[in-house]
Amino acid sequence: MTTDRMTSRIPVTKTPKVYVGGAFIRSESGRTFPARDANGEFVANVPQCTRKDLRNAVEAAAKAGPSWAARTPYNRGQIIYRLAEMLESRADEMNAALRQFTREWTDGAEQEVALTVDRLVHYAGWADKYEQVLGNSNPVAAPFFNFTITEPMGVIGTIASDSFPLLGLVSQAAAAIVSGNTVVALASETTPYPAIVLGEMLATSDLPGGVVNILTGFRKELIPTFASHAHLRALDAVVAGEEATTLRRGAAESVKRVKTRPTDIDWADDRHESAFEIRNFIEFKTVWHPIGA
Amino acid sequence: MATTIDPSTRVGDGNGKQDGKHDDDTKKKSSRKHAVPELLFGDLWEFDPAPETASPNIKPRYDLFIGGQFVAPQSGQYFDSINPATEEVVSQIALASPGDVDAAYYAAQMAYETVWRDMPGRERGKYVYRIARLLQDRAREFAVAETIDGGKPIKESRDFDVPMAAAHFFYHAGWADKLAYIAPGRRVEPIGVVGQVIPWNFPLLMLAWKIAPAIAAGNCVVLKPAETTSVTAMKFAELLQDAGLPDGVVNIVTGAGETGAAVVNHPAAKKIAFTGSTEVGKIIMRSLAERGTRMTMELGGKAANVVFEDAPIDQAVEGVINGIFFNQGHVCCAGSRLLVQESIADMFVRKLRQRMAVLRVGDPLDKNTDVGAINSREQLDRICDLVESGISEGAEMFQPSCALPPRGYFYRPTIFTGVTQSHRIAREEIFGPVLSILTFRTMDEAVERANNTMYGLSAGVWTDKGSRILRMATDLKAGVVWANTFNKFDPTSPFGGYKESGFGREGGRQGLLDYVELA
Repeated sequence: MTTDRMTSRIPVTKTPKVYVGGAFIRSESGRTFPARDANGEFVANVPQCTRKDLRNAVEAAAKAGPSWAARTPYNRGQIIYRLAEMLESRADEMNAALRQFTREWTDGAEQEVALTVDRLVHYAGWADKYEQVLGNSNPVAAPFFNFTITEPMGVIGTIASDSFPLLGLVSQAAAAIVSGNTVVALASETTPYPAIVLGEMLATSDLPGGVVNILTGFRKELIPTFASHAHLRALDAVVAGEEATTLRRGAAESVKRVKTRPTDIDWADDRHESAFEIRNFIEFKTVWHPIGA
Repeated sequence: MATTIDPSTRVGDGNGKQDGKHDDDTKKKSSRKHAVPELLFGDLWEFDPAPETASPNIKPRYDLFIGGQFVAPQSGQYFDSINPATEEVVSQIALASPGDVDAAYYAAQMAYETVWRDMPGRERGKYVYRIARLLQDRAREFAVAETIDGGKPIKESRDFDVPMAAAHFFYHAGWADKLAYIAPGRRVEPIGVVGQVIPWNFPLLMLAWKIAPAIAAGNCVVLKPAETTSVTAMKFAELLQDAGLPDGVVNIVTGAGETGAAVVNHPAAKKIAFTGSTEVGKIIMRSLAERGTRMTMELGGKAANVVFEDAPIDQAVEGVINGIFFNQGHVCCAGSRLLVQESIADMFVRKLRQRMAVLRVGDPLDKNTDVGAINSREQLDRICDLVESGISEGAEMFQPSCALPPRGYFYRPTIFTGVTQSHRIAREEIFGPVLSILTFRTMDEAVERANNTMYGLSAGVWTDKGSRILRMATDLKAGVVWANTFNKFDPTSPFGGYKESGFGREGGRQGLLDYVELA
């Protein structure tokens, strides 16, 4: 290759696609919205996912759920750890994505990526331990063996914050999938691009398709469907005001759990690393059996 | 009165085998008609009445319990509480208006800020222990009052409701100074004032499930009993005075839906704990959508009781009977759907009918009574409506033709065979003594059918095979799974549902976690 050619070469731009059901797709509607960098310059068109895309993503997540939940905790732990490895080894790419698009956090990009890797490692470690912290046997006053164990709930919807567009989304997803749930995540509306890159890393980890599905689009358009979709068994959302009310009101129709988080949430805080974050999205099941002949 | 059983209801198909060796039954179908004679009860075994006579000490009128005092409702209005077994007035109950509820929340908030929140756990615990002891002391009195007010058989209120209520206070009392152990790695704090609304099926026990963990964890309470069953809650308030519980820690406001709405929607409520129907649970969730108040919801159920062909049959029959007829079926976790393996279905249903023929329906105060009164006219109408739908949709009904008392709200134990998944009686919570029987062939089919419901509160499985129990316990989507048993409860054992049966747990470490903030 000649030096001449190198200097005159036009780079190939990437078409951002969302990662749903293990595949990279555009919105079924064909709609996009422009992602602009921190200076307001056009970078690329990002899929503007619709309610139909959300329903499809829930279907993909529901399909992936049983086999993901049936894997051993050891296996789930290794897969989440593998995801941390993927992110660490491609940290430069993610740093660039964050630096390009985030205004306030220009200096914090490297820190956000590092924190995200560490958070994944943290939750990878919980996979075969949280049960021992959250569950227990119960000393009932009768001759029964009685124990309380945890089970995943199913498909969890997450709605990311605009600050920490990577760390927030990953914190929400990791705490949900470690117990065997699957996730449909709505990426930050203002900074969707890091989630697009994250999808590419998920695809190269060992995480089965459909376990984490990431949508980009407009909150206003998608929040009502997150609220009302009966197959989403719980929601973890960074929301306030009217959006929060919409979520909770819709959730009432199918008795859905809603975990809301303040919009000024500091995802860098260590308190987001906890077995009690996992507890938000598990069911407790208590089993009785007589002791005797 | 002792229930008489009409001789014509004797089960006459000759299946008298009492040893549970059902294999023989299924093989010798042709000879069964002439097989071993069965035990006949009928009028040969008439019981004399054995009424419980302890005094319930029920006052003719009860005020509201606010700030440690009994106070008249602002409206001056009272409503009647009816004995469902006699339709006579038991007592007059104060009707709390939003203003009364406001006063209760104010008293609770004051008690929280000035006394309860900062009281050392070991001292708080002593009050809760006192409550447990005082309830044990007056157990018989409370049991009689519960039966008169709610219609449940005295043997259940005496042997289950009241002792279990005391046990809940005793268990949670001990947690008060050990809260640091429920959430490793996190500091726990009380939530504040909690609003609690409870149902009429286990009035005192539900009160205990709600109040004991709440106050042990340092919260204060505004509780509303169900409209038809307030008496034992108000007797409990008297007991709190005897215990010297600081004023305002527990406040009890009585009334109907409007009072409940005022309790649920009060701005001082930091958490709402509700037990009741899924329908009302959804209304509460909607009404709290804007405020975002913390909630726990213990809602309806449509539990499947799955009986495999290798089950210990006689125990399973008892378990199925207990699962649906305990407390007249007014149990959110009642085993209201029986899924029985096809190979033993005929034999199993025959045994159920035999067992039903000797259930005694009647005076709840009679110690021999198995099935008492339906809690209210309204509930009786609902049961009748659903049973009619079962008949009109083509299921086959069986009821023993036992005599019912001339007055009061009573309903015969009822089973339906030939039920399909789409029948209303297979999908809707009946909350009465009505069992819907479906069959299955394979384990996968049993799981699919059991889980094919919007509810997920409880489930039962009957089999002798250990690995199958564990597989079923894993696959049944329900918060409580009873294996080779049913309807067992304990303060140490978390209770609560999946899906539209609600969220949150009551009992055990997991239940207590729902009454603290993780700092």
